[in-house]
Amino acid sequence: MTDDIIERIKQNVIQGRMHKEDEGFDDGMVGQPAVKELVQQALDEGIDSRRIVIEGLTEAMKIVGEKFEAKKYFIPDMLASAETVGAAMDILAPHLAKFGVASKGKVLMATVKGDLHDIGKNIVTIILKGAGYEVKDLGSDVSPEQIVASVREENPDLLGLSALLTTTMVAMKETIDSLSQAGLRDKVKVIIGGAPTSPEFAAEIGADGYGADAFHAQRIVEELQQAS
Amino acid sequence: MPREGVLVHRIYERLNQDQMERIHGASMQILRHPGIICYNREAADIFSSYGAKVTADTAARFWQVSIPEAMVLSALKTTPKVVRLGARREENSLILDGSEPRVYFSSGSETNVWLDMRVETFVSKADHSVEVELATFHPRRGMLADLCAAARLGEHLDNLDGFIRPVNIQDEDITEENKDVNKFFTCLNNMTKHVMAGLTSLDKLDDVIRMAEIIAGGEEELRRNPIISFITCVFKSPLQMVDDTTQICIEVVRRGMPLVISASPQGGSTAPIKEDGTVAQINAEILGGIAMSQLINPGAPVIYGSVPTRAGLDDLADSYGVPEFNHYNVDCVQMARFYGLPCYSTAGVADVKVPGIQATVEKLFSHIVIALSGAQYIHYAFGLLDKTATFCPVQAVLDDAHIGMVKSLLRAPKVDEAEVTTSLEQIRQVMATSQKLFVRYIRPKMRSGEVTLPYPFEGDKAKDEVLLRAHERMQELIQRPVEHIPPEISERIFREIPGILPRLNIYREG
Repeated sequence: MTDDIIERIKQNVIQGRMHKEDEGFDDGMVGQPAVKELVQQALDEGIDSRRIVIEGLTEAMKIVGEKFEAKKYFIPDMLASAETVGAAMDILAPHLAKFGVASKGKVLMATVKGDLHDIGKNIVTIILKGAGYEVKDLGSDVSPEQIVASVREENPDLLGLSALLTTTMVAMKETIDSLSQAGLRDKVKVIIGGAPTSPEFAAEIGADGYGADAFHAQRIVEELQQAS
Repeated sequence: MPREGVLVHRIYERLNQDQMERIHGASMQILRHPGIICYNREAADIFSSYGAKVTADTAARFWQVSIPEAMVLSALKTTPKVVRLGARREENSLILDGSEPRVYFSSGSETNVWLDMRVETFVSKADHSVEVELATFHPRRGMLADLCAAARLGEHLDNLDGFIRPVNIQDEDITEENKDVNKFFTCLNNMTKHVMAGLTSLDKLDDVIRMAEIIAGGEEELRRNPIISFITCVFKSPLQMVDDTTQICIEVVRRGMPLVISASPQGGSTAPIKEDGTVAQINAEILGGIAMSQLINPGAPVIYGSVPTRAGLDDLADSYGVPEFNHYNVDCVQMARFYGLPCYSTAGVADVKVPGIQATVEKLFSHIVIALSGAQYIHYAFGLLDKTATFCPVQAVLDDAHIGMVKSLLRAPKVDEAEVTTSLEQIRQVMATSQKLFVRYIRPKMRSGEVTLPYPFEGDKAKDEVLLRAHERMQELIQRPVEHIPPEISERIFREIPGILPRLNIYREG
């Protein structure tokens, strides 16, 4: 029974079904319990939340990643699956805390000052949340001062900065400089991304990492976490 | 259910009603004067017996035939407006309806050259550590084994709706006598879609039809589900009815099998360069053939076949990649529709000899325009290069992907109350979320085919790997199994139909 419900959670993550109203790839799935309902049901049945994470969510995302690599899944598939994991983690977080299991890390995300383009930042947010990070999204057009204040208040492990325009990417440097001036630069790893940015630009402004896309960003975040 | 093809919801037309009537009028005048030169005695006799003015030349080498408009109009009344092309798997049938712009794409031509592609590694002269993989192309004579491969490939190309043999079989043991039975058998044994072809030898027509009857399940079944059809180019432009292809037309029509009556003038050399002139002439040629078909067998299922090209300005060869090619062909589709007849049209030929940017531009140009015109059956659409002289299977795989995109392009928009209501709900739901992303709604539309998937031959975006990817895809598709003719039926064919090479018998021992 335990195996069955964990397997169903896994399959629903793979199919990106968050609620029971969601369609799946197979006919007749609308109305069937999906990730949110199944995770709650598993907890109600007393199943160990750690098993749900390891055997259900993590295993499912591994398969989703393989399908993406094989070009059987596309970005919308990955995001749908990641979203279900994020929703599941929201339900599971208090239960995991009982076992002393913390998230993989805390990440603040922001699109920098003067820039309203937030699609890339939003996608990275979903992917990182789906990967088990605690993510706080500060939104778009966020000033260096606001970011400094949030870093001071939230004490994150990582800060993700995004910009789409060549005219706004300079605000990334301003933000990093502001962190230094506030004495916070050593307390947080900074990763940047966005169409006009590059690894060279990241090095030039003193960022710790550069993500070419959401999945690359996830890998960089993992590497920075392991290195710290 | 027949194949879906694509139903074009708003067709592209060049000619207005007045212009179509003028073209029709000009065609009628052409058929009356100068009329046609007929090199087939039986055809001349048929026209004469129904009241056309026929004058033999002094040496009786040909007959000058003046076809009256009333004869053409009478023929148009009996010509079927809907022609069904059957298939071994009936769900692969095609319904060509002259009143409906449902477009099907088919291969075509009978090229002598099969173009292989290889992937080779080249080293930079400037820096020997730099290597690059590139496509190289290697032409060779087409053989039976290639036709087998082309049919297997065609079976697995999603957007190939009908099959016309794209390669001429030039094996040493293939003769004029056995070519027809071997080419039809090879096509039919390696695919379940409709098979259309011309005849090399009229003597073999009955053997080919008998073979099709055995496969279809008898004479009546073949009439109901005509798994094969024929093409004959009755006219050598300008306006000359050729003896042998006219005789093929007469005999196929007598047997009631579906037949494309085609003409292929070249604007600028065998027809006027002017759009109105070429279209009036080809229309006259096709209508002349159709008129004869209906005099022989009223109601015979014939298809208006238009293959006009433009003269190349550098070599006077057929040119397919120029805008005028599209002008002529769109006009012909309109003229067929003017008469309510389904149209066999032409698109997707590249003038260049190898796949690449030029080929893609030339092909897509006509793939889009002719499909947009609503032609019911578009032949030549897969793999053809060098003005129909070359077939390249890698190019066919590329064309299949591009035709899929064209089909998506031409789909009707879905805008009604239910759709708008759904969109409003989505917008409201997304606006209530923190990230305001609609991405999760893409998935169902991807799965239903309403959202086109990424270009299948894209590499890592840093370099163009389209040919390499298409080559991999071609190799994978050609290796896939196909549904062959069942053993007991195959055995009957080998027993009853003379001339099929024993090496084509996949069930023979050893």
